[in-house]
Amino acid sequence: MTAGTATPAARNAFVPNWPRRLAFIALGVYVVYAMSTLQFTWDRFSRGLGQGAKFLDRLWPPNFAADKLLLMSEGLLESVQIAILATAFGIVLAIPIGLMAARNLAPAWMSWLGRVLIALCRSFHPMIVAILFVKAVGFGALAGILALIVSSIGFIAKLFAEAIEEMSMKQVEAVRATGASWLNVLIMGVVPQVLARFVGFSAYQLDSNLRNSTMVGIVGGGGIGATLFTAYQRFDYDFVMTILLAIIAIIMVSELFSGWLRKVFQ
Amino acid sequence: MSATASAPVATRIWTRFTPAQRLGRFAFYLLATAAIVWSLRKIEIIPEFLYDAPQQTWDLFQRMWPMDWAYYPKGVHDALIETFHIATLGTLLSLLLGFPVALLAARNITRSATLNWLAQFILVSSRSVNSLIWALLFVAIFGPGAIAGVLAIGFRSIGFVGKLLAEAFEEARAGPIEALKATGAPASAVLAKGYWPQVEPSFWSVALFRWDINIRESAILGLVGAGGIGVALDSALNNLYWDQVGLILLVIFAIVIATEFVTSYIRGKII
Repeated sequence: MTAGTATPAARNAFVPNWPRRLAFIALGVYVVYAMSTLQFTWDRFSRGLGQGAKFLDRLWPPNFAADKLLLMSEGLLESVQIAILATAFGIVLAIPIGLMAARNLAPAWMSWLGRVLIALCRSFHPMIVAILFVKAVGFGALAGILALIVSSIGFIAKLFAEAIEEMSMKQVEAVRATGASWLNVLIMGVVPQVLARFVGFSAYQLDSNLRNSTMVGIVGGGGIGATLFTAYQRFDYDFVMTILLAIIAIIMVSELFSGWLRKVFQ
Repeated sequence: MSATASAPVATRIWTRFTPAQRLGRFAFYLLATAAIVWSLRKIEIIPEFLYDAPQQTWDLFQRMWPMDWAYYPKGVHDALIETFHIATLGTLLSLLLGFPVALLAARNITRSATLNWLAQFILVSSRSVNSLIWALLFVAIFGPGAIAGVLAIGFRSIGFVGKLLAEAFEEARAGPIEALKATGAPASAVLAKGYWPQVEPSFWSVALFRWDINIRESAILGLVGAGGIGVALDSALNNLYWDQVGLILLVIFAIVIATEFVTSYIRGKII
């Protein structure tokens, strides 16, 4: 009888996790502290909202005057060209570097070298690389292309190397066993396994280059960015709106294109 | 028996691609070649600038070295801390705003095609506007400073965070959810005790991943006046103080590397 009544203390299914609660409290304290250092006040925020209404009013309607459209189309075409060339050269350069960096195909010292190269290409934002290239090769589209080539190499080569490392070595060994040359091993053993993924992230990089090619103009790297930034600084907000709409439209088209591309190379 | 075996079988030749696939690939190769040729012919490159590129590059490094170390406590340290705050607060803001949008976008939680579509629209428009453009807009509204930077980072990240979270919600197993619903648990409990434990690992990994990206992005927002170390970089560039530029680039490099280490450490620890 007594044994039956001694029910175990009701178990709490959701035990409070104190370290976690403390971590959340610390996060909350941090947010308050950080906001106070950034002079984040309600007064400023509410004044900004009034300003925002005025700003939106001046953004709309977009300016579709013929001379503005001409100016815009020149810049946009240059941005598209920058993106296409940067992606093309970036892919061409990323293939050898990615192969170098893949640990299952290349000797250790070579993959280490490849990794360092990739890390260098990835460490700076394309805008910063563009600043350096503007100084090195002068204002204009070339600086933008070179900057985006650097970031394309970083991204494509890194993912390419990872894709190669994750593929099955059985097929590669099978091709090697037939006495195939290194190039044949690559074409018959490696490429079929990684092609779909390679196309996938190359297409992603094309989108990403297109986004960035509309921005490098701000630091002198060519494309629509310079036009956009000038219009912005002149408070020519309705023209800014036109450019923004055009940029968004182009990026949507490019996303549709890369979706199609992925399907083709499934 | 032998009659059936010798009956002529239509010989089928194995081909790797269907005609449609081949056509698609051919169309792509044609398009890519045309695009590259067109770009190469139309792009304006001024060859005169190229002749002295090696000298200019050499000059750049000479001007950067020795770096202006004395400038660090004066102009860089506070800006660096501000960059860190912008990236962190921006990431938190995007988690806060992205979470409800992700709930709306997840088809197994919100069973309304209209709301799903609306959420997708919010996510796509957040992603397709570059963070610098978001920064320009917010600088116009709130004036130059860190507020614009935090909002720009936050709004740019909603698309990323929301998309990945929505996918995580959709991949959640239905079993625990149904079990909870069968006990009569209210929607909030289903969310907190059914979905959340399943989604939590990807939530934190998405947050860390985006934080890593945002540290890099917030370093350049200052170029358009949205606060952080980019402001220092911009003024050093405009004044042609290349020794300060060199210092700032080194500092950005250091914080990017440090972030990589921190995120990979935390990822290894909690996921």
